[in-house]
Amino acid sequence: MPAHEPRAGAVPRAWSPGGETSRLRRLALDLKRDRYLYVLALPGLVFFLLFKFVPMWGIVISFQNYSPFAGIGGSPWVGLDNFRRFFENPDFMMLFRNTMGINLLSLVCFFPLPIVLSLLLNEVRSLFYKRAVQTIVYMPHFLSWVIISGLTFIIFAKGDGLVNNMLEAAGAGRVDVLTNPNLFWIMLTIQSIWKECGWGTILFLAAMASIDPQVYEAARIDGASRLRQMRHITLPAIRSVIVVLLILRLGHMMDVGFEQVFLMYNGAVSEVAEVFDTYVYRVGIQQGQFSYSTAAGLFKSVVGLVLVVIANRIAKKMGEEGIY
Amino acid sequence: MRSSVGDRIFNVANWLILGIVAILTIFPIYYVVVVSFTDPAEYIRKSFILFPEKWSLASYRYLLSTDAFARSLGVSAFLAVVGTICSLVVTASLAYALSRKRLRGRNVILLLILVTILFNPGMIPQYMLVRQLHLINSLWSLILPALASGWNVILMKNFFDSIPAELEESAAIDGSNDLSTFFRIILPLSLPSLAAFGLFYAVGYWNQFFNALIYLNDAAKWPIQVMLQNMLLNADNTELQADAFMAPPPAETLKMAAVVAATVPILCVYPFLQKHFAKGAMVGSVKG
Repeated sequence: MPAHEPRAGAVPRAWSPGGETSRLRRLALDLKRDRYLYVLALPGLVFFLLFKFVPMWGIVISFQNYSPFAGIGGSPWVGLDNFRRFFENPDFMMLFRNTMGINLLSLVCFFPLPIVLSLLLNEVRSLFYKRAVQTIVYMPHFLSWVIISGLTFIIFAKGDGLVNNMLEAAGAGRVDVLTNPNLFWIMLTIQSIWKECGWGTILFLAAMASIDPQVYEAARIDGASRLRQMRHITLPAIRSVIVVLLILRLGHMMDVGFEQVFLMYNGAVSEVAEVFDTYVYRVGIQQGQFSYSTAAGLFKSVVGLVLVVIANRIAKKMGEEGIY
Repeated sequence: MRSSVGDRIFNVANWLILGIVAILTIFPIYYVVVVSFTDPAEYIRKSFILFPEKWSLASYRYLLSTDAFARSLGVSAFLAVVGTICSLVVTASLAYALSRKRLRGRNVILLLILVTILFNPGMIPQYMLVRQLHLINSLWSLILPALASGWNVILMKNFFDSIPAELEESAAIDGSNDLSTFFRIILPLSLPSLAAFGLFYAVGYWNQFFNALIYLNDAAKWPIQVMLQNMLLNADNTELQADAFMAPPPAETLKMAAVVAATVPILCVYPFLQKHFAKGAMVGSVKG
């Protein structure tokens, strides 16, 4: 606080004797005036405190050797032992490698596709055709991961899958793509593309809709081909959306679609399929190592938090809105 | 307007590419629907069915004759309806209170909500909380922890911010208190927006799988997604066989019928969802 400013509280007392009490009275009046608003806010506040903040307190067990019988109060404190065990465990590097591998593959193969698709959709002259394609490609977004992995099995399973039935009918042998560790990440990426590529075009199409049609007209008169218009008008117009989404995507490099991986997981691919969340589930909920798995989950959450905050700061620095 | 040769080639190529993309997207869904209605004998005989010679409802008749499958559909319908209503009430009333700028403590609450968006304490503390609340094996374990998301509260607050303040001021002059203003003026005005949030919440409840897997031990309470996972991925039909009266159709056509039955409700709300895509994209694109 700058030196010339008087102490807090000194000013009101100077011009209104008994300022503290009058401030309290104003607070009481405000609270009374807005009592119905507080009533409205109450269920939501209780929800956030109970289901979002109480679990944050539950994190303390990652510094304990927690036993459900002793409870948080009675369990012995072990400092950073759980974290040390986690970092020294060879599983840690495996989780890290799988998480980064799946995310990088998705970044390279999946991220550009909605941009390309929205560029193509934007060039369609028939409104009916455009609407029809949009209706179809948005649909998989609403299907659950159980359905998506079910469809994957129906199409690719070795025993009675569509592709293998056709291969056999054609005289070729059956191939097993679902239990092949070399193909696992690729299968995940294909699933993600099928499910979310169409949905991913929405933000780009919205940005394209705000381009003034006169710009295209002027370009046309100057003899610019459709491809050139795409490159020099449409693409620059969605550039900032692309940048923001890319930065936010980088902020989520620790996240892998948990249900997706969990449902596609099988013993043959465990080496390449285990990621932080599935590991926490297996070690924590299935094996009951609560403290150790909470530590593993906390590590992931903290790194994720740092990444998102950095990503957001970069987005803001570039003059974009960011997420908060 | 005259179009050049290059332009026409571009149009045809674009048309073709998008057509292929659409076919690749729709094909798995089409295939599953068609095979689920195919005569089981024909499915066994042929290696590839694009259009059946003989239609049949055998797979559906078997599936719906079992209590287990119909019951899990009922559980999911319950979750979707009750959960969506609860979520909308909690989200909308908190968002409205937070949209009143004069409210004391508003900024603190908004900050706390932002914290919940940015930081997730993880699966185990959440699980332990649900266990301590004795919600394990109760359907409420699938509703209460998922009641509201920080994002939805903030998006809805932004929406309420955009309603002109004059409306409430005039209501206040007419003697309406905040509660009746909210229920009688603001909510009716916000119905389209509430419908959008409601649809996305409903799809979320219908599709939720993992929470049900860890919080419910009793197979009689399984929602449809857990039922499906058991049938599709574990190839375990014991839950069904326990109470079926007829000979089972081939596992594959049965699976496909189950997929279709679990997807039909989503496809029914899809046209309504479509009106609200832009909003939904914002809800879905930046989850914490």
